Amino acid sequence: MIGIIDYGTGNIKSVGNALARLGAEYIVTSQASIIEGCDRVILPGVGSAGMAMENLKRSRLDKIIPALTQPVLGICLGMQLLCAHSEEDDTECLGIFKNRVQKFPEIGKKIPHIGWNTIGSLKGSLYTNVKQESFVYFVHSYFAETNQMTIATSEYGIRFSASLNEKNFFGCQFHPEKSGDIGEKILHNFLSNNII
Amino acid sequence: MYAKRIIPCLDIKDGKTVKGVNFTNLQNVGDPVELARQYCKEMADELVFLDISATQEGRKTFVSLVEKIAKNINIPFTVGGGISSVEDASALLKAGADKVSINSAATKNPKLIEELKELFGSQSITVAIDAKEINGTWRVTTHGGTQITERELFSWAAEVERCGAGEILFTSMDHDGTKRGYACSVYKKLLEIVKIPVIASGGAGSITDIADVLSEKGCADAALAASIFHYGEIRIPDLKRELKKMNIPVRL
Repeated sequence: MIGIIDYGTGNIKSVGNALARLGAEYIVTSQASIIEGCDRVILPGVGSAGMAMENLKRSRLDKIIPALTQPVLGICLGMQLLCAHSEEDDTECLGIFKNRVQKFPEIGKKIPHIGWNTIGSLKGSLYTNVKQESFVYFVHSYFAETNQMTIATSEYGIRFSASLNEKNFFGCQFHPEKSGDIGEKILHNFLSNNII
Repeated sequence: MYAKRIIPCLDIKDGKTVKGVNFTNLQNVGDPVELARQYCKEMADELVFLDISATQEGRKTFVSLVEKIAKNINIPFTVGGGISSVEDASALLKAGADKVSINSAATKNPKLIEELKELFGSQSITVAIDAKEINGTWRVTTHGGTQITERELFSWAAEVERCGAGEILFTSMDHDGTKRGYACSVYKKLLEIVKIPVIASGGAGSITDIADVLSEKGCADAALAASIFHYGEIRIPDLKRELKKMNIPVRL
């Protein structure tokens, strides 16, 4: 069973739809006991960092999530919440990834970064059988800097972390649930037995 | 490499695709879900579904169709057609659409854009603008170009961005249906006015037309077309291969 954490942010449904297409069973929940019992946990997220962290704290999920030992995947804002700090609303985040999240600088690129972009420097089990320079779908205005936890990078004016990994925690800045067959492959890898 | 997007647009009436479609391997060309899946396979980057149902019954069918589409396709899609309130937009986004496209309702009530932005974020709002050139001025139109408003295209585009739209879908009613190319110079000018992505629509007749509007000539972020794709005049994989040869970044 895959737990999709419901903490009051939008468009959780598309993650569920993508899992259903892969034949996986899922439950959308904010209950700690259910989340802890799932084989996989997904932290989705559309919205702003400040409000999202508030919501996590209110349901004490800020304590539950970092203690999880099964594979956890943060998507988009979900990945940023797993980082140390976000410039968005000057928010202290969960601190699993040591990266800081910053706003895209004004360098003549349209913000938000919306659309298809390539990912490279792919590393590890999340990207098994995914080709370097594959296209995935992004929607974001803030980015995580690159560091040793970076397992995929992308470029939009500057180079940033498209994906992060630390122990059982994974993050995708892009939306695998909207990234065509490549996205499905990445989700499939996350569900597979040898992900960690 | 950030890609320019190719977006087929499907007109839906009472839950069925209306335009004739020339996909030889499709069993039911009237089924929007099957057609959408086919476009996904062909590497369309996004899809737009426009509800042209005139009845309440047809509208209800559209919401359940959106739910079905969301379950079946793995790329982003936008829905539009007759969205006039927060409730309309909310029902479609909750059904699984990634973005809603609003047109006439926004020209009448720009606050609707702000309200939707507050509730769902800019990334889920596309404002569609139809306009035609009248005595040297690009005037915003509604109802398929038949009603001319007081609004001027470029100032309206700027206002739409200020209100919080995530994207502008501009259709030149002078070019729509002509198959003689997009209004490239207008798109180029829009680039100076707004910072949000602009989708070009209206006038695609050939691969060259699409290449023009996506290249230096038009500088649009995405090209939308309907009939040339539906009737199989241009296949998306062929189009993308040609664009790539012309050094236009595309997802292949």
